[in-house]
Amino acid sequence: MADTGFLSRRGFIVGTGATGLTIGILASCAPAANEPEEPDYSDLAPNDEVNAWVHIDHDDTVTVRIARSEMGQGTLTGLAQLVADELDCDWSKVKTEYPTPGENLARERVWRDYATGGSQGIRGSQDYVREGAAAAKAMLIEAAANEWGVPASECTSENSVITHGPSGQTTTYGKVAGAASQLAPPLEVTVKDPADWKIIGEAKQRLDTADKLTGAQVYGADVQLDGMLNAAVKQAPKIGATLKSFDAAAVEGMPGVAKVVSVRNTFGEGDIAVAVIADTWWHANKALEALPVEWEGGVEFSTTEFEAELDNGLTAEEAFVGNGGGDLDGAFSGAAQMVEATYNMPLQNHACMEPMNTTALYTDERCEIWCPTQNGEAALGAVAEASGLPIEQCEVYKLHLGGGFGRRAMPDYVHQAVLIAKEMPGTPVKMLWSREESMMHGFFHPTTKARVRGSLDADGNLTGMHMRISGQSILAALIPQALQDGVDYATFQGLLPAGVDPRLEDQVLKYSFDNFLIDHAMRNPPVRPGFWRGVNLNQNAIYLECFMDEMAHAAGRDPLEFRLAHLGDSPKAAAVLQAVADGSGWGSDDGKARGLCVMYGFGSYVAACAEVTVDDDGVLSIDRIVAATDPGHAVNPQQIEAQVEGSFVYGLSAMLYGEITYEGGEVQERNFDTYNSLRIADMPEVETIIMPSGGFWGGVGEPTIAVAAPAVLNAIYAATGKRIRQLPIKDQDLRNA
Amino acid sequence: MATLKINGETVTVDVEDDTPLLWVIREQVGLTGTKYGCGIAQCGTCTIHIDGSPVRSCVYPVGALSGDEEITTIEGLSEDASHPVQQAWAELDIPQCGYCQPGMIMAVSGMLNDNPNPSDEDIDAEITNICRCGTLARVRKGIKLAVEKA
Repeated sequence: MADTGFLSRRGFIVGTGATGLTIGILASCAPAANEPEEPDYSDLAPNDEVNAWVHIDHDDTVTVRIARSEMGQGTLTGLAQLVADELDCDWSKVKTEYPTPGENLARERVWRDYATGGSQGIRGSQDYVREGAAAAKAMLIEAAANEWGVPASECTSENSVITHGPSGQTTTYGKVAGAASQLAPPLEVTVKDPADWKIIGEAKQRLDTADKLTGAQVYGADVQLDGMLNAAVKQAPKIGATLKSFDAAAVEGMPGVAKVVSVRNTFGEGDIAVAVIADTWWHANKALEALPVEWEGGVEFSTTEFEAELDNGLTAEEAFVGNGGGDLDGAFSGAAQMVEATYNMPLQNHACMEPMNTTALYTDERCEIWCPTQNGEAALGAVAEASGLPIEQCEVYKLHLGGGFGRRAMPDYVHQAVLIAKEMPGTPVKMLWSREESMMHGFFHPTTKARVRGSLDADGNLTGMHMRISGQSILAALIPQALQDGVDYATFQGLLPAGVDPRLEDQVLKYSFDNFLIDHAMRNPPVRPGFWRGVNLNQNAIYLECFMDEMAHAAGRDPLEFRLAHLGDSPKAAAVLQAVADGSGWGSDDGKARGLCVMYGFGSYVAACAEVTVDDDGVLSIDRIVAATDPGHAVNPQQIEAQVEGSFVYGLSAMLYGEITYEGGEVQERNFDTYNSLRIADMPEVETIIMPSGGFWGGVGEPTIAVAAPAVLNAIYAATGKRIRQLPIKDQDLRNA
Repeated sequence: MATLKINGETVTVDVEDDTPLLWVIREQVGLTGTKYGCGIAQCGTCTIHIDGSPVRSCVYPVGALSGDEEITTIEGLSEDASHPVQQAWAELDIPQCGYCQPGMIMAVSGMLNDNPNPSDEDIDAEITNICRCGTLARVRKGIKLAVEKA
């Protein structure tokens, strides 16, 4: 029987065209158990992959292929943990790599979805990733069993070692990986019961930290290729404007300048940008700033003037219904007390620390890019479209992202980089936007307002609520085919009924209300919206949870008790809320001003209790936040903690400072001096309670952002008696009412 | 032309005097650990040391150097990531996307050069770098751990 293993191994070697019989003999002569010395594998050809997810080298190094993009959220490490656990491999020998989108296309999308957003990185791929790893493990065990001539069922695996129980023989994954790669994958695999997880659920250190401490991590902005030139870009500053003329001769003599080119519109007619290509980016940008350019056309859009449109939607007759039930008119007409409040959410920029960039190399036969992208496949499509080459002749090499937050899901900058590189065939060109370009040409968080009215009975019970959202739809602008009879259900994230759309089951309202209506009057400004980390959950949490707080106070009831009264049907939402209340000392008489928020979004239950002080001059200090999250399964608790802490920075930066305004059709906030972000001095202490209740997979990167602002705004009320309903709060007087 | 002492080596670069040190470091010297974030000294991703003190290199024209200054970038902070700040950052797994972290690490290590045991108020005043992923809570812990390790 041992010969069978040898023969099959030799068959593999011949079949794969490796260096022949010598290797076959080496491999087959490897002693089965207790090898005294670590063999030298340097002469061996690398093993073939066991399957798409897993490659194992002779020295047992496991390389996990990750399709989703790493942009700081830790998905790379989390997905590797999923694979390593199912594989029973040695975690200390796990590496990761990105399969290219071109390879995915050539292999009939074996790695499936590359899109990295919607807090889907782990939960959206955990099933097939774990199954892939379990299949690889079964193939490794089968290969060992074949070699030993024993039934696979008598073999077990642990820490990259396969053991044949009855005989005590052992081998390692690296030794049988080549043979395993030649086996047919199992028809069925069973993934582990969560109780048997050893690597999933552990607070493992990230796999990608070391290079981030030394400057060795290469981001898109750092790409260096032989003979590479650099491009700086200026796009029409006004919405909808096009390039009228530019005077290339005025700058062609400037240091380093190679070429000045116009760039056509990705999404419409005409040229909308001009680029200077030079030896260095500094030279390119300096010449660009000196370049005489004239633009024409465009829209004189003003966010101040658009307020009237938003206000019109607040009381308009027509609106799309997102959720509702009961007899709202009856509740309102029989109310002992009515409460009404109007809130807003301004446009916001993602403001990734790494400005937009892509390096492209175009020839008549091929176009390749090096790119930070949240969606490798969309980037590949953009390369094909912009280059005019068949997609099979295009390729995308993904790099770690210097922030994504939804901005890098859009491939506009990829398209632009390819168009520029096409002007210099055979020369790689790195296109890098300035901070100002990145600020002006974002895909902004949509702007909305909400008017919320509620009724209370004589006992202080909430009997009815109408939330009217007015404003911008992301889907109407970016994915109109996803509208359903004109309705953008994604607008109602966190407010939806169950069953409206399978893609939005992770965004349903967890409160139970007898009589209520939530509707949306769509009012779209001529500004392109985008998916901004947390997306529509962010403002919906403000609209819902600040209003619940207002209702509780109007009713003379404790805001915790008032909320819990409507969470009877959602014990998991109630549990996270209770956890932050308990953790923060809610209800104690220590004089601290606290505010609560609870939401369900991206499939997870999240809550926060914020403690603030506001001094006599109205200066806000956010002292402490206790946060709780129930994501079902917690793959890496320390990374969940990092995401929760980071979510407060992102959410509170928006609450304090985040506002993009337009005047004359042009963005006014063009750098961090006018578009500020929370600094360490303003960072609250954050205590994170991770309470995975099991049985479901929720997201982590986004949901907590939504609870940041409402918890703090409610705490500001507790501190001052003043309701802040206008965001951002940077210019507002927070002094006691 | 400019002559720089950078990470212990002397290099001569052919640049105009008004070129910011950031771009000289990245494009002429070829050390890309120092990042471009804003170009107006707001975000701190470009922080380096000049004679041990933190400087935002995006607004520092190379022509303002005499050539005698010791310039240190993230690549030269230590040979093997052994600087106490790098050790603390590794232990607490601070970076998320990591793009701002070279600047953050250089800002913190520069502060500690002058003030080896900063108070929270000192940290608030001196570490004003932007991190959009939001590592700030761990950064404060990391500073305190680095102080212990130094």
